[in-house]
Order: sequence, then C-alpha cells, then structure tokens
Amino acid sequence: MQGSVGYNLGFAAAVCLICAVVVSSAAVVLADRQDRNALLDKQKNVLVALGLATDDESLDAAEVARRFEAIDQVVIDLATGDPDEGVDAATFDQRAAAMDPDRSRPAPPNAASVASLPTHALVYEVRDDAGALERVVLPVEGLGLWGMLYGFVALEGDLQTIRGLTFYEHKETPGLGGEVDNPRWKALWPGREAFDEQREPVIRVVKGPAGPVDQAPHAVDGLSGATMTSRGVTNLLQFWLGEEGYGPYLDRLRGEG
Amino acid sequence: MSKSRDALIDPLFSNNPIALQVLGICSALAVTTQMNTALVMSAAVVFVLLFSNLFVSMLRNQIPTSIRIIVQLTIIASLVIVVDQVLKAYLFGISKQLSVFVGLIITNCIIMGRAEAYAMQNPPGLSMIDGLGNGLGYAVILSGTAVLRELFGSGSLFGVRLLALQSEGGWYIPNGLMVLSPGAFFIIGFFIWAIRTWKPEQVEQD
Repeated sequence: MQGSVGYNLGFAAAVCLICAVVVSSAAVVLADRQDRNALLDKQKNVLVALGLATDDESLDAAEVARRFEAIDQVVIDLATGDPDEGVDAATFDQRAAAMDPDRSRPAPPNAASVASLPTHALVYEVRDDAGALERVVLPVEGLGLWGMLYGFVALEGDLQTIRGLTFYEHKETPGLGGEVDNPRWKALWPGREAFDEQREPVIRVVKGPAGPVDQAPHAVDGLSGATMTSRGVTNLLQFWLGEEGYGPYLDRLRGEG
Repeated sequence: MSKSRDALIDPLFSNNPIALQVLGICSALAVTTQMNTALVMSAAVVFVLLFSNLFVSMLRNQIPTSIRIIVQLTIIASLVIVVDQVLKAYLFGISKQLSVFVGLIITNCIIMGRAEAYAMQNPPGLSMIDGLGNGLGYAVILSGTAVLRELFGSGSLFGVRLLALQSEGGWYIPNGLMVLSPGAFFIIGFFIWAIRTWKPEQVEQD
C-alpha cells in the first residue's frame, strides 16, 4: 500500500540493497587496478623524493621499473638497523606489517601518534659503483589533522642533508593541509639539514616563512591555515629520524662511511 | 519533439545551471585550473546527472513522498561512488588531483535540483535528455573557465606549453590570480555578464 509505513520501509530497504550491490560490485571489480595504481603511485613518490622524477611527470609501470633499477630495496630490522635477508623486499609491505601483531610491537608514546612499529622496514638505497651510499629513502607516517600522512623522506649520502619529502597518501584539507602535496612547498625541503650537532633530529616546520636554506637550515615554511598539519609533519619527521625510528639504521650507515 | 530539444538546449545558455542558477560553484572554482581536470570533472557530472535523472524518473511514481529526498540522495551517492572508483582505476593521476571534488558531486546542487525539479515530474527519456543538457551546461562553463585559467595562469592547455614562460626564458609572465580560486570567480562573473548582455531576459529586476 503506497504511503503506508511498511511500504516506505520496504522501498527504502530495496533501494539500499540495490545501491549497495552496485557500489560493492564496482569496488570489487576495480580493486586490482586500483591497487596497482596505488603501488605505482607509491613507487613514483620514492622517485620524486630522490629527485629521479617530477610530480607532473606521468610514468607507466615500465618506466617506473626502469628508474627503480638504480635503487636497492633493503629490508632492515628496525630495532638494530641491520639488513635482514630473510624477508623478501619485493613483497614486503611495511604498512601491513605494522598492523600485524606478530610483525610489530606497540610504539612508545610519541607526538606523531604512531601506534605500532613494524619489526622490519623497507628502505631504498642508492649507491654508486664503488658501493658508497649516495642517497637513502625512508618511509614515514604520522598524524596530521584528519588522519595519517604517509610519505617518504630522502636523505643525501651525508645522512644530514634532506634530498626531498613527499606524501603519497593523506586526508588533509585540500588547499590548506593538502598543500603538503604542493610541488612549490616540497621544493623548500632539499638542502635543509635534518640533525643538529648531537645528531638529534631537529628539522621542523615553523610558523610563517623560514627563510633560505643558509639562514634556516633546520626549518621549513609553515603551511598557511594548516597549523596541525605542519605540526604533524614536524612530529613524524622527528619521530622517524629519531632513536625509535630509523636512528639505529642511520647510525649503522654512518659507521660504514 | 521540441520539448526534448528544449530540455537539451535550454540549459546550455538560456537556463545554465551555473550562469543563471548559480549552482555547482564550489567545484567550478576548484577543478578549473587545468583543462584535464575540468573535462574529467564535467564528464563525471554528466554521467551522474544522466543516470540519476533516469533512475529517479523511473521510480518517480513509486518513491514515497515522505522519503523522496533521501532516496534521490542514495541513488546519486551510489553513482558518484561508482564514478570515483572508475576514476581511481583508470585515471589515477587525475583522480588524485580532483581529490574530494568527485565525492562532492553528491552535494552538487545541480544534481539534486534536477532530480527533484525535473525527473520527479517527467518520463525517463526526457529526464535523461534534461540531465545531459544540464551536464553540458555545467561542462560549457567549466571548460570556458579552464581554458582561460590554464592559458593565462600556466601558459598551457591540456598541459601542453603554448606561451613561453619568462621563468623558462620566454616572454610570458603567468597571471598568478588565474591559478587561485578568486580568478575563477572573476571569470565566471564575466561569463554571467556576457550571457546576460546577450540574453537580457535573464537580468533580475531590482
């Protein structure tokens, strides 16, 4: 009976059911392609952090693979910083590992709101023909305003100078915190210094303009209207470059040189 | 026959959803810095409008009046999610640039407006034509805005460099206002002015 409560409920249920089926079939059918795109985008971000690609370049899978030839993907034990050959770098998924209680441990309280630390991490090393380290890329994550920011920071072979910073996934407000994607903001990072004399990570995003590299080696311009996002970027960098993050690994690399 | 022609042609200039009704402005400002994003966004809106009008119209005699808005919204939201998923699968780069604005098609007043004002009263065929017309009306303004913004803001069209930028040794100094949202406001304002000069009956009496 049209107009009765039962009819309304039935109609609403039918519409919801049909819509749910349509939406979920689309999601399932397209999931493979989307995952491949997401992986490709993540790899492209590694290249962008290294300066081997630019943001507006569109790269297909073959081109990304070709540029990746210069890069060694190394799985390290996060606590000791030593490489672990027992884990296959090609299939290792650090974010999945961090979610898995068997392959992670609860993180100590930290400003970046990282809840659990994976036992292993996937880092990207670029070495010259003699095997000396030229650049290294480290995956980082931390809380912004609306959610976790996932990205990469690249360091020069001196393990002091920042080569680049990119975020491949975040939920920040477009135009405000979302400007962490902005190539012009990202261009402020190369050349800044990550650590002070005591090797403490001190790189930070400040409020307002920070000035050129030679005047403010440890600071980067804040994002207007995005205090929480700017603070989040500071926190996540200081956490991951610190003792609980890649500190042991970076120490080992310094020992190499 | 002329009724369906009117449904298609009218929204282009005589009853343009952006220029006359001033709906859908939010996305029109956000996605028109480049032609690529503007066209993909327009295509997405055309698709959603076509099918939301079709489905709403097919159900128009069954939808209980008391819950009609939420039913329309459910249909629109489902279509938008499907579009978003397809973009993520096939046009990943552009879908990243469009970010939230594809999802925000759900709240685009043009779509709800056409469902409520047209598809609820008209048969499916006509409603689809009306959806197509309004989608194209949206697309006309978006592409017009994007042509000007990308050409004068970045010196290029579809990402292809047309004006040699001074920063790269050329002669053209890009107009920074064009790449900012207020630039779109000015351009859409000029479009509205131009259309109302051409069709004085659109001018409101005050």
